Amino acid sequence: MIGIVNYGAGNIFSLTAALDRVGIDYGMVNNVDDFDQYDRIIIPGVGHAGAAMRKLEETGLVQHIVSLKKPVLGICVGMQLLTSFSEEGNAELLNIVPLKTLHFDKRVGKKVPHMGWNSISPKKDCPLFENITDNSYFYFVHSYFIEADEQYTSAFCTYDVVFSAALQKENFYGVQFHPEKSGKAGEQILLNFSRL
Amino acid sequence: MLAKRIIPCLDVKDGRTVKGVNFVDLRDAGDPVELAWQYSEQGADELVFLDITATHEKRKTTIELVKAVARQVNIPFTIGGGINELKDAEVLLNAGADKISINSAAVRNPLLIDDLARSFGRQFVVVAVDTRVVEGKNFVYLRGGRDKTEIQTEDWIREAEQRGAGEILLTSMDHDGTKNGFDNTFLKKINNIINIPLIASGGAGQQQHFVDVFQQANVDAALAASVFHYGEILIPELKETLRTNGIVVR
Repeated sequence: MIGIVNYGAGNIFSLTAALDRVGIDYGMVNNVDDFDQYDRIIIPGVGHAGAAMRKLEETGLVQHIVSLKKPVLGICVGMQLLTSFSEEGNAELLNIVPLKTLHFDKRVGKKVPHMGWNSISPKKDCPLFENITDNSYFYFVHSYFIEADEQYTSAFCTYDVVFSAALQKENFYGVQFHPEKSGKAGEQILLNFSRL
Repeated sequence: MLAKRIIPCLDVKDGRTVKGVNFVDLRDAGDPVELAWQYSEQGADELVFLDITATHEKRKTTIELVKAVARQVNIPFTIGGGINELKDAEVLLNAGADKISINSAAVRNPLLIDDLARSFGRQFVVVAVDTRVVEGKNFVYLRGGRDKTEIQTEDWIREAEQRGAGEILLTSMDHDGTKNGFDNTFLKKINNIINIPLIASGGAGQQQHFVDVFQQANVDAALAASVFHYGEILIPELKETLRTNGIVVR
């Protein structure tokens, strides 16, 4: 069963609806004891990364999250929280993955936010992308991106700059796109995560 | 590559679709949820629901509709109509809407855009603009194109972006319903002055019109209603045509 970290950063109705559609059980993580009930954890997140980090700190769950050994999936801002730093609010983040979250503005000549369906190139060996073909499309909505990295980026995406559409470091996974809004491919990602 | 988006628009009243729909294998053509699901299966990239429910009482059915769509449909959707204050938008967000669209309410009270963007993020806020040409100039119209304002459309769109709109849905009332194609010249002009996504609306009649609007105006998305509802344009075929013309689609 999947535990969703419930820290008040954005609405999770769409996420739970997607989990319902594909038949994955889930519950909420509100305090440290709740982690034991679940074999994998999702950190959702919409909105401002700095504000999301403050909310996460207020829950008192941070120390526990960074030491988790079970599979963890950060979605959108939830993924950005796994990095060391965001230019959004110049915030220090969880620093699980030693990468930075940067603003698209001034780095790309295209419109910001990066909104809509973009194709990604997953690394062959990442289990999160099993049964996902190269150049599959996923739905993105974000103004900040995580820099691309040979070691930790598990799927690349291009929007003038090449950035991390997905990350992996050991048991920690992250996706910048919204699997809950990305059609069948997105649902496949959620299924893959539930089977890690 | 970021794909150009195709967006069917559904008019709903009291929780039911109002315009006629001519799909095969549809159990209930008036059920917006089933229609939405059909469109997502066909490859629509996003959906817009325009709620024309008149009375406040019946708005509850809209909320239920939004919840049902969010439960069953796996692509993003926007809901517009009847959003006059922050509270209206918050209810829709909590029901699972990805974006809301505001039109007349934003013209009457521009601060609404600032408030919505600050509270929910600008990606949640679509500003819909109805425009019509009078003596060579585009003016903003309200109430579905019935009431003319003195505001020039370009000025209003610039202001909406500055205030926090995440996206502009621009409908040419002169082209709407004609099936003669989008207003590519004006859409291009607007697209060049904004740095947020632009959705073209009004005038779609044939597949070529979508090719034209993407090639000539380089808009981010194109929206249509009846050509999709009556099956005059099938989304899988449209996507193929766009692809053949070198336009990136999903």
